Formats: sequence, C-alpha cells, structure tokens
Amino acid sequence: MKNYLKNYKIQTPQIIISFFLIALICLAFILDMDLVVLLNESLIKLVMNGILVLSLIPMINAGAGMNFGLPVGIIGGLIGLCLAVNFRITGLFGFVMSLLFSLVICLFLGWIYGLILNKVKGREEIAGTFIGFSFIPLMNYFWTLVPFQNREMLYPIGGQGLRPKISLENYFSNVLDDMWLLQVGSLEIPVGLFAFYGLVCIFIYLFFQTKVGRATIAVGENEAFSKLSGLDISRIRLIAIIISTVIAGFGICVYSQSYGFIQLYDEPLSMAFPAISAVLIGGSTGKKAYIFEAVLGTYLLQTMYLLTIPIANEILIPELTEILRTFITYGIILYALLIKDRRGNKQ
Amino acid sequence: MRIKDGTDGGIINRVNRFVDSEHLVPAVFLVLSFFAWQFSGFSGAFVFNQVLTRFIRDGVLVLSLIIPVVAGMGLNFAITVGAMAIQTALLLVINFQVEGATGILSVIFLGVLLSVALGFAIGHVLNRVKGKEMITTIIIGFLFNSIYQLIFLVGFGTFIPVFNQEIILSRGIGVRNTVDLGMYRNTIDKLWLLKIGAWEFPIFMILVVLFFAAGIYYLLNTRFGHEVKAIGSNNEKAEVSGINVNLIRIKVIILSTVLAAFGQLFYLQNIGMFDVYTAHLNADVISCAALLAGGASIKSAKIRHGILGIFLFHTLFIVSPQAGQNLFNNAALGEYFRSFVAYGTIAFALIINIKNENK
Repeated sequence: MKNYLKNYKIQTPQIIISFFLIALICLAFILDMDLVVLLNESLIKLVMNGILVLSLIPMINAGAGMNFGLPVGIIGGLIGLCLAVNFRITGLFGFVMSLLFSLVICLFLGWIYGLILNKVKGREEIAGTFIGFSFIPLMNYFWTLVPFQNREMLYPIGGQGLRPKISLENYFSNVLDDMWLLQVGSLEIPVGLFAFYGLVCIFIYLFFQTKVGRATIAVGENEAFSKLSGLDISRIRLIAIIISTVIAGFGICVYSQSYGFIQLYDEPLSMAFPAISAVLIGGSTGKKAYIFEAVLGTYLLQTMYLLTIPIANEILIPELTEILRTFITYGIILYALLIKDRRGNKQ
Repeated sequence: MRIKDGTDGGIINRVNRFVDSEHLVPAVFLVLSFFAWQFSGFSGAFVFNQVLTRFIRDGVLVLSLIIPVVAGMGLNFAITVGAMAIQTALLLVINFQVEGATGILSVIFLGVLLSVALGFAIGHVLNRVKGKEMITTIIIGFLFNSIYQLIFLVGFGTFIPVFNQEIILSRGIGVRNTVDLGMYRNTIDKLWLLKIGAWEFPIFMILVVLFFAAGIYYLLNTRFGHEVKAIGSNNEKAEVSGINVNLIRIKVIILSTVLAAFGQLFYLQNIGMFDVYTAHLNADVISCAALLAGGASIKSAKIRHGILGIFLFHTLFIVSPQAGQNLFNNAALGEYFRSFVAYGTIAFALIINIKNENK
C-alpha cells in the first residue's frame, strides 16, 4: 500500500473530474449555496455508496473483472433488511441483525454466483450483467409472494406482496448516520458511520494480508503462473466472489439506513454501473483495485452528483443531474474497457 | 443434456443430435408458450394476429443482430444506437415540419447517414476490445442513451432552435415524452391486408421483412459474406489469408446499425406513438432474446433462427401476463415472467456458450 501510494499516478479521468468538481464548487459559491451543509452531506454520501464500491475490490483483484452482477449481492442484503423489519427489530440492534441475516444469505448467493462465474472465466463481465438482470425479475416473485406479516411492509390494499419502497423510519433509519455525531461548529462528522466504513476497509485490507488474500492477488495477476505453482484457482476465485457478494449485501444495508427506505423490485437493476464507475474514477484499471481508489473515487463522484442537483435546479433543467450522472458513469466504464485492453495487448 | 451414445446408434444418435441447444431452446419455448396460451384463454386467431404484428414490428431489428454473430462479435447490444439514430432523424424532420413522402424519405436518408457514421465509430471502438465486444456494446448503448437524452431533453430549445412548438415541453426546453406520429401511423402496415375470417395477413410488410431476410441471406453468400464467416470462425487464420479483419468488422457493425435503424423505423410506424425517451430502450434485449429463442447461439445465427425466434418468443410475451392473471390472479407475475424469460434466455445462452468455449 505504501509502495502503491508512492507510485500513484493521476490519470486523465481523475483530472477531468477534479476540474469539473472545482468548477462546480466555484459555481456553488457564486450561487451562494451553503458549502458546509454540502460538505456534511457529502460525508454521508461517501459511506452510503462507499461500501457498495468497496465490495468490487476482491473480485477485481481475483481477476474476475468488474462485478456487473452486483445486484446478486444487493438482493441478498435486501432480503436481510426485509427479515429484520419483518421481525420488527428496531434501532441499532435491528441494523446489526439485518447485517447478520444478509451475511448468511449472501454467503449462499455468493457461493452459487461464484460457481457459475467459474464456468465463464474470462467473460465474467457480460455473464455477470445478465445473471444480475435475470435474477431481479426472479426475485420479484419472491417479493410478491413471500408470506411476511408486518403490515408496514405490505401493500396497503390486499395485504399481499411487499411494497416497492418500505420506510425504515420506525426501525433503523439513520442509526449509523446519527451514531456518535461529532459537532464542530456547523460541521457534523458522523463518527459511527465512518467507524463502520473503516471496519470494512480494514477487513478488506487484512484479507489481502492473509495467505488466501495474497493468493487471490496472484491469481488475478497471472493465472497461468498461479496454476503452475499449485494454487486451486477455482477455490480462490470462489472465496473472492463470496466476499464481494457479502460486502455488497452490507453495502445495501448501509445505503438503505442512510436513505431511510428499502427499495425493492427493479431498483437494483442499474446499481452496478455507478459503483463500478466510482472505483474506475478513483484510478483503478478494472484489473486491479485498491481501497484508496475506491474511497477517492466514491468521494469525487458522490460530491459531484451532490453539487449538480441544486445547480441543475437553479438553471431549471432538473433532469440534467440524472443525464450527467449516467453519461459520466457509462463514459468512464467505456474508457476503462478501452484502456484495459490496450494494456493487455502490450503484455 | 446429451444422452450417451449407446450400442444401437441409429435412434439415439438422432435423439442426441436433436437435444443440442439449437433445438432444445426452441422446444422449451414452444412448450412454455403452448401452456401459457392455454392458460391465457386467448383465441388462436388473436394470438396469431398479435404475433404477426410483432413479426413485422420487430423482425428487422432481430435480423440486424445476425451478421455480427456470424462475424464472431457476439450479440450486438448497440443496435439501440441505430434505433436512436433513426429517432434522431425523425425528431429533426418533425422539428423542421417536413411532411408526407419527402418527410419519410428525409427521415430514412438522415437516419441511414447517422447510423453509418455511428456504426463506423462503434466498429472502431470494438476493434480495440476484441473478446469483450458484448459488454462494450451494452455500455455503448447506455452511453448513447444519455447523449440522446442530453440532446433532446436539454439541447432542444437551448442550442437547437425549435420550429415545431407542438413537440416541445411547456417550459420551452426539451422534447415531450411522446410525439404523435399520426401522419405516419400504419401507413404501410395496412397495405395489401388479407383477411381470412378473424385472421389478418399484412402481406406487404411481411414481404418487406422477408425481403430484408433475403438480403442478409444473399449478403452472407457473397464474397463479403464468406470473409465475415472466415473471421467469425478464426480471426488469426483470416488475417493470414489476407482478409483485413478490422475493416470487415467495422463494415459488419455499420451494416448492423443501419439495419437496426430500419428496424426501429418499422417499429415506430407500426406503433404510431413515439415515446421519445423509452421507445429504443429494450430493443436490444428483446431482439437478442428472440434470436436466441429461435435456436441461435452467440457463435452462430441463421435467418431461420431469427424468424422462428420472433414467433416463439413473442407468443410467450403476448400470452404470459394474461396467463399470470388467470393462474395466480396477479397480472404482475406474468410481467415478471416476461422479463425473466427475456434476460434469462440471454444469461443462459451466454453461460452455456462460454462454458463450452472454455472447455
């Protein structure tokens, strides 16, 4: 990691995004917006989306590519959240229970997902995309038919099927955001939220220090060589994919508690792309990713989105935010696909 | 799925040959659509007319996928770009209020021009990501969608002068969500309409789709077609035998994009309402799923796969919501089934094909 920071080179997309960000901050300043409020919000947004971005790292480093099948892990987390709400577990305990439920479910889903991805080595990205896409309508059956009892989650009429948007207000919305809130003037630092984020970062860091973690990086860097040195490649990839899936499940739990709602049905459909673009903005090539890149990328991207919303509203075209968001997301992924391959050819 | 070769070869061999995925997938679709149709309670004539409408609506879009598959580039999800090209042309022509035959001709001219240019660009991009064409085409499709939205939701009324106030949102910036194509609606669909009882045959449009099919068939049997097949079966070998692989690949994508533009034009004129921001969104997934349902794979596709696939896939598509309503008292379940079939068919084909390739 230390070595890495020394060798860190700023690349074109980061320069563009940084300039854009500076321009936006200037614009926000000119438009007389409250920058401290924006800063507070940007800290929450960082963690809210950050864990989903972190979840990509194990799979990228194992050579399984950018995880376009992120919805698989997200759905595991959503089931965990729904179970916690169904049993009416509230407060911090409820949130922890939702993490535990999603851990169990994501272990199972990640295992199956990993077994499938091991069969499509080298083309995980396109296969993962459609595994995620097809898993969502399948799960729509689950959301519609699951015999949950809590009326607050069900459709008000008929009493069957989960609502597309379940409020967490009476359960554990913002429990992490409000935990150990540190006030410095008008600046609010959500220490609890950052502690959780830090824990996940440390977990990933420690994982790559273990024997299996080092083997994971070796497999990602040179599969043929790893095979010769006697590593069980399928098993190592499977472990990395399971870890990615579990962290993705945690990611959506944190996301939902910040957002205040559980979003079901087609909502996870396009969640993979922004997360992937964040790690790429941070400087990852899509072949190897560091924790630092995931954090930096998420912060740059989320702050930029945060700033564009009021500015787009100011110039009376509110759709502009969303369009810009998708444009940057897909533009950066395309850029990474192109760059990656050029490097691959040189080797 | 394969049955082991026994001692008495004949029948088992024949069964064996039949149980590969080229026949298995259409057979599964046939069985599924039959049962879904039974549960839906629709009359045969209704389903047939609907499917035939889908055939003329989506036919050319599905056919536009075939050449890239033959060229070994996999499913071209960027056909949405061709669709957006023709929609751009359409909006521009409506904006300049060109009507009648001149209007249609200028839409086609502009649309083809745009698709050639965009296809050329996509072809160049795809030449740099060999082996990852499919994921790249998906991302290209999404990227162009946001550029398209940027142009019509933000650009119209700010950078692009508006001549036709009817298509603009009341705030003066951006095109409305739906634009009526009243003057173009069903103009050619009802040509040579043959009615036998409750069964309707729009002969002219069927011939148009078949004409495109024949064109692609002919093209694949010309010198160009043989070169396409050569690079599809083995890139390096083709290079050694003096074929300019990159050039052929660019031509293939240009062709696919132009065909998709025509496909989307037929689609829009059949529907008659133009949902500016959503009409093209599912063109790629639905068309790919239909092609695969007909027995194609990501490595080989023939005209008959496309035509058979449209009939099988769309029968299931039409009857499943009503079947869901009748079976479970919930039409949404049929809808989910539809999405699952569309995405699932593609996921299944990808996994099976890549798995076999890796062996």
